[in-house]
Amino acid sequence: MKRVYINEKWCLGCRLCEYYCAFAEKRHEYNNMALALKDTLISPRIRVEEYGDITFAVNCRRCEEPLCVKSCITGALTADGIDKDRCVSCCTCILACPFGAVSLVDNVIKRCDLCNGEPLCVKACPNNALVFEDRRCV
Amino acid sequence: MINYIYPEYEIIRNPDKCISCGVCVRQCANEVHENINKTNKVICDDSKCVNCHRCAVLCPTRAIKIVKSGNTYRENANWNCKTIDEIYKQAQSGGVLLSGMGNPENYPVYFDKILLNASQVTNPSIDPLREPMETRVFLGKRPDDIMRESNGKLINNLPPQLPLSMPIMFSAMSYGSISYNAHESLARAAAQLGILYNTGEGGLHEDFSKYGKNTIVQVASGRFGVHVGYLNAGAAVEIKMGQGAKPGIGGHLPGTKIVGDISRTRMIPEGSDAISPAPHHDIYSIEDLRQLVFSLKEATQYKKPVIVKIAAVHNITAIASGIARSGADIIAIDGFRGGTGAAPTRIRDNVGIPIELALASVDKRLRDEGIRRNVSIVVGGSIRSSADIVKAVALGADCVYIGSSALMAMGCHLCRNCHAGRCNWGIATQVPELVKRLNPDIGSKRLVNLLTAWRHEIKEMMGLMGINSIETLKGNRLMLRGVGLNEKELQILGIKHAGE
Amino acid sequence: MKYVIIGNSAAGIGAVEGIRKIDKQGEIVIITSESHHTYSRPLISYLLQGKTTRTKMRYRPDSFYKDNNCKLLHDTVTKIHANEKRVVLQSKDSVNYDKLLVATGSSAFNPPLFESVSNKHNFITLDDACGLADSLTSESRVLIVGAGLIGLKCAEGILSRVKTVTVADIAERILSAILDESSSEIVQSHLESKGIEFKLACALTPNELSNYDIIVVAAGVRPNIALLEGIADIDKGIIVNTKSETSAKGIYAAGDCTQSVDVSTGESKIMALLPNAYMQGETAGINMAGGNATTEETIPMNAVGLCGLHIITAGNYTGEVSNVGNNRFYCNDTQLNGYILIGDIKQAGVYTNLIRKKRALSDKQEVLKYESKIV
Repeated sequence: MKRVYINEKWCLGCRLCEYYCAFAEKRHEYNNMALALKDTLISPRIRVEEYGDITFAVNCRRCEEPLCVKSCITGALTADGIDKDRCVSCCTCILACPFGAVSLVDNVIKRCDLCNGEPLCVKACPNNALVFEDRRCV
Repeated sequence: MINYIYPEYEIIRNPDKCISCGVCVRQCANEVHENINKTNKVICDDSKCVNCHRCAVLCPTRAIKIVKSGNTYRENANWNCKTIDEIYKQAQSGGVLLSGMGNPENYPVYFDKILLNASQVTNPSIDPLREPMETRVFLGKRPDDIMRESNGKLINNLPPQLPLSMPIMFSAMSYGSISYNAHESLARAAAQLGILYNTGEGGLHEDFSKYGKNTIVQVASGRFGVHVGYLNAGAAVEIKMGQGAKPGIGGHLPGTKIVGDISRTRMIPEGSDAISPAPHHDIYSIEDLRQLVFSLKEATQYKKPVIVKIAAVHNITAIASGIARSGADIIAIDGFRGGTGAAPTRIRDNVGIPIELALASVDKRLRDEGIRRNVSIVVGGSIRSSADIVKAVALGADCVYIGSSALMAMGCHLCRNCHAGRCNWGIATQVPELVKRLNPDIGSKRLVNLLTAWRHEIKEMMGLMGINSIETLKGNRLMLRGVGLNEKELQILGIKHAGE
Repeated sequence: MKYVIIGNSAAGIGAVEGIRKIDKQGEIVIITSESHHTYSRPLISYLLQGKTTRTKMRYRPDSFYKDNNCKLLHDTVTKIHANEKRVVLQSKDSVNYDKLLVATGSSAFNPPLFESVSNKHNFITLDDACGLADSLTSESRVLIVGAGLIGLKCAEGILSRVKTVTVADIAERILSAILDESSSEIVQSHLESKGIEFKLACALTPNELSNYDIIVVAAGVRPNIALLEGIADIDKGIIVNTKSETSAKGIYAAGDCTQSVDVSTGESKIMALLPNAYMQGETAGINMAGGNATTEETIPMNAVGLCGLHIITAGNYTGEVSNVGNNRFYCNDTQLNGYILIGDIKQAGVYTNLIRKKRALSDKQEVLKYESKIV
């Protein structure tokens, strides 16, 4: 399965991925980033972490044994996505995800959904620090 | 002291579009943009802006544009704003003005006054999509005669040749003046394209020895990083006598840049200034040059062509004639618009001659003297497009060197502040967090794209002239016509005026 | 291979999914005392609150049993004959097994005081919740005995439907099992501001009970261990190893009825949490089917929302405590032992992972630095 991989050697810490992720969520409402994100506080599903000189983006790793899914008390969270109707925002997934890749925004649980197979963060990365690849051995 | 100079550029931020993402703040190494404390607003200090466009390009909403500052002095046809500012700058600093990249001044660009011919009715043009077109060239000395053994078998007396898939090479840019990642991009692109890149005078980083087939190793007046392994690591050896951006002077890489790998590669202690002398102190004549040429040939078992690179200066024809007799296999001529990592502004902008004129006269002189086959001619110094290449070949060049265009393919926006060492595009810098901005995967891809596109265009232009091999175009000045040129210029270029 | 699973909640479902990862064919029988499709027990408070429905609170889709080719028996196991590999049901039938999983969960503990009380309810099962819901009116004065997670979730669930909600506990503070003192205070004052009354450090008398129309006893739970008494090792709960094996051959146990090792302290204890139950169940399933799995790094942890306040806790509260806002981190020199996040819960799992993996901190401030960076 393809997922977003990060190569911190090339991460510039520009955080464009974060803004494009936030834009991706609003694309059905706005086709323009300025309109979509003007005067808003973004809560992207991909985050750039900084440790001294090192920067790297963190988002859902598509774990083979996803702790968030196993921990979900409602069964709403699966490897494929979130059934928003059944989720009660108990946040057990946030408790469980070792990468901090699940978040609660406006009482809704969010996790990277890979933008229907065309992750915008990857497209936006100016330095190929984010790539969308299938690296798992079969 | 009061700083008299008003910022040259102004950054215009469209408040309707700015989403305060801070990408500009994080990406500007000159610290032009700044978040206002604890607010979402971003302000900028125009005085630090070098107009490199990093912020404008990366801004996700295109909220930033950089314009020429409207602030002006009283109009004066003699004393223009730039001249006045330069006086203020020197009056304040007491120093020599430094600049990066090539001569930007308003001298004639002869390539833009030359037009190409096309086939109509009486001779057929060739469609490169349907018929084979040959862009391959071989650089090196051609044998004087065909020689045979007594039984008639052909003797292979061919001196070493450099095969190139197209008549383009990346010109010398040292590791030090440009970054590791820029070098890797050039090396990988050259390997992929089947052409050559040039180490410049900074030595060869050990990581790049695997690109040896596609490498020209340079020997310059400082002889930095030169050892027998280095000479044999590449496909050819280039002796750098001069550079178009600064003919007659040497180079100076400040000690602060001589760190780590660069110090190792140049084989000089960390922190020491890398000063390339103005002349080679062992070369005061063509005879001296011949000694170095043959020393290098000895060191490389006569297997590698030797290139002699010179700046295009007034008596270029006589110098080229001498070089063609020195044993060198290839002459590289760098025109007065050639780029540089750093040069004194006055020298860059006022010394040398246009490459078009230098090329035409050298080609003619060598032909007249019957020694054109002794050497291949490579020209550089602002080759900006495939059309420039076609015109250069028709004026007599075997191949061109491109530097600035290659840098632009990798992201350079010609801000001409290479000498500051804070290149926001990760090219002309050694600052690790800036160097990493150029991912060689992307850099090499863009270089390959550019030259692939140019090669297509070269084939198209050859086709329309009815030519299917680039060798046939070489020195074919009938394919050129001048526009707006005077008799003298036409005579030097060896071309007719349009309409003739 | 025939698998019998006693229990139809998280651990039982985990086991089915575990078995089917390895064995697509074997016969699976799930035996449950309840009459429902598998549902998520923690959701019963959300059901009362109207935040979910009986349909939505199903833990797995309607087609789950069919998709996984398993048989669901609504019956109660009365005895396990381990030697004969057979379980006896209340209906007097018996079911043979090759591999057995005991995922019987736990039951409410009802202190003697409430034995004779007529209007009392527990709050563990869907039936409990439905029974309670039926008896509530907008005039009800409700007493909830027990200020633990179950009691408080119940209080939140019914708050808007009744006249008053009072939560009583013998302990001096609320959520004493998962919060430290200062955190208890924060949560308590939040819940008070939402209208819940507390009677803490109080021993209830029968007289006092008469002031209330409805009494919910949420005074803790006891693991359902009776079936394995005399068959496998039992302490407070059924003792299992990381492979979810009991001491009896061929018999596995998972979920709230078990006790296992808390890696944050090294103690063996009951950690009755849904994620642990699922993962133990899945591990049991994989091992029952001949695979090889373990549930490592189990620690106590909780994520709970109470009247809009999100609380996440994990690990144990020993070592030196540091505050970042309302969040508290317990570290010793080399590692994070536990944390309590109140309100600002983002990236809690990163800390959970530090505790689980016993990852060394380069210095003990690293967690705090990390926290301040991402604010």
